[in-house]
Amino acid sequence: MCGIAGLIHRGKSSNVGSELQGMLQALKHRGEDSTGYALYGDTDGKNFIMRFKVGENVGEGSSSVMEDVSVYDERKKIVDQTLSEMGAKVVKEERTLPYSLRYEIDYDTKDLLDFSQRIESIPGVEILSMGKSLEVIKDLGNAKMVCDRYSLDKVVGTHAIGHARMATESGVDIKSAHPFWGYPFSDVSVVHNGQLTNYWNNRRVLENKGMRFMSECDSELIAVYIAEKMRHGATLEEGMKESLTGLDGVFTYFVATKDSLGMAKDTMAAKPLVLYESDDLVAMGSEEIAIRSVLPQEIDTYDPFDGEVKVWQI
Amino acid sequence: MANLKTVTKKSKAQSMGMHTEVLTGRTQQKFFNPDEAENFYYFGTYDVDFNKRTELDVKDMTAPEANKEIDNLMSQGYGTIVIKNPQGKHSLGVGILNKLNLIFEGSLGYFGMGSCDGPIVRINGRVGWSCAENLMAGKVVIEKNAGSCFGAAIRGGDLICKGSVGARTGIDMKGGTIIIGGDAGAFTGFMMQRGRIIILGDVGINLGDSMYDGTIFVGGEIGSYGSDAVDSELTPSDQDWLKRKLKVAEIGDNFDVSKMKKIVAGKKLWNYDNLEPTEKKGAI
Repeated sequence: MCGIAGLIHRGKSSNVGSELQGMLQALKHRGEDSTGYALYGDTDGKNFIMRFKVGENVGEGSSSVMEDVSVYDERKKIVDQTLSEMGAKVVKEERTLPYSLRYEIDYDTKDLLDFSQRIESIPGVEILSMGKSLEVIKDLGNAKMVCDRYSLDKVVGTHAIGHARMATESGVDIKSAHPFWGYPFSDVSVVHNGQLTNYWNNRRVLENKGMRFMSECDSELIAVYIAEKMRHGATLEEGMKESLTGLDGVFTYFVATKDSLGMAKDTMAAKPLVLYESDDLVAMGSEEIAIRSVLPQEIDTYDPFDGEVKVWQI
Repeated sequence: MANLKTVTKKSKAQSMGMHTEVLTGRTQQKFFNPDEAENFYYFGTYDVDFNKRTELDVKDMTAPEANKEIDNLMSQGYGTIVIKNPQGKHSLGVGILNKLNLIFEGSLGYFGMGSCDGPIVRINGRVGWSCAENLMAGKVVIEKNAGSCFGAAIRGGDLICKGSVGARTGIDMKGGTIIIGGDAGAFTGFMMQRGRIIILGDVGINLGDSMYDGTIFVGGEIGSYGSDAVDSELTPSDQDWLKRKLKVAEIGDNFDVSKMKKIVAGKKLWNYDNLEPTEKKGAI
């Protein structure tokens, strides 16, 4: 089933970590195999923030295997060495869990493709997000468990999207959890509720164009599809509109960038979405109770129509 | 027979004898004998007094707890119950098979007022997916917007949304009336088998797709027609009925019903229309 939620504060920052945790926890009955957050925090914008993993948290049906912490340590050393070779200076390093790391990197480049390819050429290493504002945090369990594990409740920022997953298309592990980073674009993330039926066709086409897939989760296709459109000059909104015909199946998805948040709904409107929109806040989720966790008072909400695409700026 | 290649979709269906104006005949038959109404009751229903009024705050209740408390209040004879702080909870007000005046001060989540028979309900907020699913009789009024599958499979009663509704409104409906003050999404009237839908605003793609019977009235633009849905002539009796319904629904003041489009099923299912009334009741 899965549940998605997102919010964007316009003209101000707020405690988006705590707010999104409340929204996703309200949707936990839609799936709690894994939960993911894409948080756009307040930063000085100087350094890149790289969230990456050097191992898996393996759940039911996963094709990955649990490994010894010493393996993670070894991979981390290789990452550090590769960064040094590329001239990327690690300004700050956090290791929340043995397999999950957060680096702040002083690195002067606009092309993250080469950077990402070199890091991910290290076996067992996957970049979860790369950007100057975006941080993708995802792990097994419900929203509160993941929030507590990674201390997300104090994150302040402008906008965020998240996902509560009931695993259907692929196993329970971090690589199949949402959100997906819009590789190789800085600060682009995607969450999706639904099922894409032309996943393999699109994947083959996109892989032939040089795009990379890290999982077998159909939702990852949306991030890669839109990233490929943007690579060829499309705006976020244009890429999302093209996806309505390019992607087959049922879907409601959110895409976020450094300064915007967008939603798209398939032409059959088969997946739910409730939306609240005001001058200073947009909040949306698979069910109204998600919005109620941040706006308990009586508010006007509505369902976007079939084939609708909307994008908001901070 | 007319040359079917040269006629429009509407006249093509009529030329083939697949569609006639059915609403003035069979679909207006009453299958329930009003004289027997006094003898008809559900086991466990309560004799309530509409003038006996109370409030129920469900802020800290689960949906089953709230629904049980509504039942408990009815058992004490309360005929008017005001629900405070529903806050988008799912499945509130389901399974009420009783006369009752129920007022929600706020919005409901999914499956609100499902499987009800008899209550008069006013929701001063919004409703999520599948509101009033399987409604048998009574009246449900939503003051704001509604989600998808609004009035799915209803068999009777009036379901009114003063705002806009999502996709698949009236899916599989088998009777009753759905009235929408705003716009409606895709697949409105999908597989509807009887009953009527009125939409004052625009409607999305595939209107009336695979409908067996029933009638849809649209005041605004139509995204596209679904398979089997065809235009029909809006008769004076249709207009009179529409005016009455809109007045009762308290929406569409001064709305010009003469400009509405009327959409019906363009084909008959084999044997669907050959049943005796009593058999039809069993069939649906």
